[in-house]
Amino acid sequence: MSETAITISNLVKRFDDVVAVDGLDLEIKWGELFGLLGPNGAGKTTTLNILNTLLEMTEGSASVGGYDVVEDADKVRELIGVCPQEPSYYGFLSGRENIELFGDLHGVPKDVLDERIDDLIRKIGLEDHINRRAKEYSGGMIRRVSTLMALVHDPKVALLDEPTVAMDPVSRRAVWDFIRELKDNGMAIILTTHYMEEAEVLCDRVGIIDEGRLIALGSPKELMDKYEAEDLEEVFIKLTGKKLTEGV
Amino acid sequence: MKTRTVMALVKKNLKGTTREPAALFLVILFPLLTTVAFGLAFGGMDSGGTSEFTIGVVNMDSGPYDSVWAESFVGNLTEVNGTIVTHYDDNTTGQDDLLNGNLDALVVIPEGFSESCDSYWQTPGDSGSWINSTVELYVDSGSMIAGGAIPPLVQQVLLNTLFGEQSMSLELPIEIGSPSSVVVSDMTQWDFMAPGMFAFAGVFLIMTVSQTLGVERETGLLGRMATTPVTSSEYMVSQTLSNMILALAQVAVIFTSSILIGYQPDTSLAGLVFAFGIVSLFALTSVGLGLITAVLSKSPDVATGIAFIFIMPQMFFGTFMPLGALSESIGKFMPSGYVTHALTTLFLRGAPITTFSVWMDLLILAVTGIVVLVVGIVLFKKRGIK
Ligand SMILES: Nc1ncnc2c1ncn2[C@@H]1O[C@H](COP(=O)(O)OP(=O)(O)OP(=O)(O)O)[C@@H](O)[C@H]1O
Ligand SMILES: [Mg+2]
Repeated sequence: MSETAITISNLVKRFDDVVAVDGLDLEIKWGELFGLLGPNGAGKTTTLNILNTLLEMTEGSASVGGYDVVEDADKVRELIGVCPQEPSYYGFLSGRENIELFGDLHGVPKDVLDERIDDLIRKIGLEDHINRRAKEYSGGMIRRVSTLMALVHDPKVALLDEPTVAMDPVSRRAVWDFIRELKDNGMAIILTTHYMEEAEVLCDRVGIIDEGRLIALGSPKELMDKYEAEDLEEVFIKLTGKKLTEGV
Repeated sequence: MKTRTVMALVKKNLKGTTREPAALFLVILFPLLTTVAFGLAFGGMDSGGTSEFTIGVVNMDSGPYDSVWAESFVGNLTEVNGTIVTHYDDNTTGQDDLLNGNLDALVVIPEGFSESCDSYWQTPGDSGSWINSTVELYVDSGSMIAGGAIPPLVQQVLLNTLFGEQSMSLELPIEIGSPSSVVVSDMTQWDFMAPGMFAFAGVFLIMTVSQTLGVERETGLLGRMATTPVTSSEYMVSQTLSNMILALAQVAVIFTSSILIGYQPDTSLAGLVFAFGIVSLFALTSVGLGLITAVLSKSPDVATGIAFIFIMPQMFFGTFMPLGALSESIGKFMPSGYVTHALTTLFLRGAPITTFSVWMDLLILAVTGIVVLVVGIVLFKKRGIK
């Protein structure tokens, strides 16, 4: 196993004349929970989509588990669990069947899979609804199902794009506990979020990006100390003069 | 290629079809309703319409007399409005063409034909000294009109040959052998349409496939799957397999429902197995065209419209729509036309499974299916998941 879980060096991604990611450098260790923060359009999703092999970078390089995301994309796909920003799922399948399908696609042994799904569903608090058709789910329910679809195969690296958006506080906390447990088992996790509280209580380190550039990196506490701020929100305002989030 | 992955995707696709009312309707209910509706509407109706008859002639007249009588008979037959006469050197090739649907009827002029005619004119009053012979007539049992119209027509021509325009109530030295292969009495318009139903149902898989792919692309599921170890060949194989299964289900539904409303295909178990085979090959073409439709369409809604570009011509010119001779020639360019042709040969004409032309149909469909599918896959991959 490689020494670092994720390595990003001098990553650049341009869409025509938009520079979405502009020279990003990052290293994330095994068992680290890393939060990627930044306003809308900062380049968070683009960065994750390069790591999950959906997009090719314009310049620079990135590797997951020691495998280059372009050269060894197949290997990378075996290591990662991906929760997209827009939850995509089969509405005609039940929540359980959606999760099971992704377990099958990752080749999780059948006997392990059934038990694991029961366990995951319990942890994330979906027991009552899991056999309903997914198209009938509320926004928060479908997010939780989508998160489990990403994690059912117990990936080495989890790439979670706003996994807790639209969740009620109880569900959100359940997901936090669940993510912490995964991290304690050695999983490397990147999650993006707009919830500063989430980043503060959950993440080992956060990176704040704006206009594709990393403008601050460290543990939430380090950053707050360094910028003499009450919370991460204030850190961001001090850094850029912009508000990170509005009305959340 | 992982079997587990393919099976999981096939299972998912089939659930999608059975659980989505729109998909279920298109794939199963629509063919079922069409079969029942058309079966009941046309099941009691005689086949109508007029067309030209292609009549094959095998002239074996020879011997001590020259064959002027036979030549004049053939000449008269040719002159009749609405007939096209083709000559065959022997009975076997003629029979083959009849079985393969290239002929409406086959007339075999026996060796002693002219001798017979001469013997009559030598002693018209003495039937005892006539030399009798039999003209054999075989009529396409798959064509109801031919079965009804050709025997009297040939009889008339024979009389004209022998007597000019004279009376028809004379005693004759020549009789027409009973047309053994004609099965006319209980045929209805539906018997002619039923074989086309199978292709009709399969054509609509184009829409199902393009819809499925369009929705999966639009909702980001294709992208999500692209971040897993699923390969595009696993994905494509699963799409193809699920639609072949749907095609088989359609055959079962159409076959069962049409039998229930009284359809009696003139075939054996082998013929039915062949039907399953040829229809599942036809599904390859439909999947391929569905992929191409999905490539051309920006959204699943657009796909519905574009799918009809491929559906309409195949439906009108290659299934059961009785549009006359022109549609038959256009049908040669429609994959669905080959399904219909093969099943008409088996179910309606009662041809045995060993008939050459049905295997040709199968081969043509297999080749077309694979080519179209490969083109579809290549284009789909090229367009990618966006
Ligand atoms: N496919 C694309 N084509 C063109 N531009 C794109 C594309 N995807 C992203 N962008 C642009 O790249 C920039 C970064 O977008 P990205 O989705 O990475 O932001 P984000 O940080 O995830 O924002 P949000 O918080 O809203 O999810 C934006 O300016 C966006 O318009
Ligand atoms: Mg985003």
